[in-house]
Amino acid sequence: MKYIDEFRVPRAIRVLTEAIQKESPKDGAVFMEVCGTHTQSFRRFGLHKTLPPGLKLVAGPGCPVCVSSVEYIEKAILYARMPRVILASYGDMLRVPGVSSTLEKERGSGARVRVVYSATEALEVARGNPGYTVIFLAVGFETTAPTVALTVRAAAKEKIGNLYFFSSLKLIPPVMRFLLERRDSRINGFLCPGHVSSIIGIKPYAFIPKSYKIGCCVAGFEPHDMLQGILSLLKQLKERVYSVDNQYARVVKEEGNLRAQRIIADVFESVPAHWRGLGMIEASGLALCRRFARFDAERQIPLKAGALKKSVQSVSACRCQEVLAGRIEPFQCPLFGKACTPGHPLGPCMISSEGACNAYFRYR
Amino acid sequence: MCLGIPMKILRIDKEWAVVEAGRLQRRVNIQMVEGLKAGDYVVVHAGFAIEKVDPVKARQTLTIIDEIH
Repeated sequence: MKYIDEFRVPRAIRVLTEAIQKESPKDGAVFMEVCGTHTQSFRRFGLHKTLPPGLKLVAGPGCPVCVSSVEYIEKAILYARMPRVILASYGDMLRVPGVSSTLEKERGSGARVRVVYSATEALEVARGNPGYTVIFLAVGFETTAPTVALTVRAAAKEKIGNLYFFSSLKLIPPVMRFLLERRDSRINGFLCPGHVSSIIGIKPYAFIPKSYKIGCCVAGFEPHDMLQGILSLLKQLKERVYSVDNQYARVVKEEGNLRAQRIIADVFESVPAHWRGLGMIEASGLALCRRFARFDAERQIPLKAGALKKSVQSVSACRCQEVLAGRIEPFQCPLFGKACTPGHPLGPCMISSEGACNAYFRYR
Repeated sequence: MCLGIPMKILRIDKEWAVVEAGRLQRRVNIQMVEGLKAGDYVVVHAGFAIEKVDPVKARQTLTIIDEIH
């Protein structure tokens, strides 16, 4: 397949892995890849086995399903239980645990929960079910945000009256800053998310080399891309000259997708957001701006305050929050591979196809 | 949620395009990307084309290997 196969050529992979072996510092290094798709892809191709000892690529919080708060899931469950409501959601959300239930369990108990691949499909569900209230769980990062924004605008244009958006959209650069500020884990470089960057461009990461003297490289998702990204980070570390390198130039422009940025700015505003396992982070989430408030589920469909169960730690032994922060690797969680597997997941990192635990288990 | 695959535009109909990769064909919204035409490749995410793939830059990325070797 074009633009895929060319980036999986064995000879090139060999050249890159050998160069990585050569450039890797004696005292090792820890790079964080922020994007769940990088985590999956890296391990799917067995690239973790090509890294020299001491060089680690750890997963970060770039799994939007994993970082959606327990409160968000609980509210979604409450919405699903309402009469004449159809909940439209990306598939991954269905098995994420709230306090005592999941959307999948609710569906089993009769709730109308429809899996959609695109925000547009939620609009189609609303059109096709005029007697129902359709609530779309808008979960994702900057890659997904413009797709939701366009759907909100389409709903406004068509004067759709039965579609609402429940946003858990989040932003990547703020969580990177948050992790750096905490200074509680070693990060010698960031592999930055390719498709988020295709939207936001390179500049939003500039504060990282500037203020923290840590290198960044925006990378694509094929083996060639990720290995080239790691090589860039190693070179930056060796030369102690830090910047935001762009390995994924075939898709990521320096300024990003300006049209998509304008679309996001037209529909959303940045708000504080709660990241599961990390806590509240300023200006790290997106909410519908006032012009589109009539589509905002939280403003338009209030939930009874008492109905929301108090947020508790889901399973006490689950260490998803440390995995999300890059402090431990999945196999360091006592539940990993034993009580917690993709077939029987206990935490969001094992449930989501972009979760680190899921990737580590499937490609162990 | 970075998942996105490069797909080739077969035909465009206003703000929609029929795209294909291998034997997979999809109808995607192209409002996020300007100046597209049949034959272009776009990255598709959640039912939308999010950016065009630049063939020149793609080639440049591949040939960097020769500099390392």
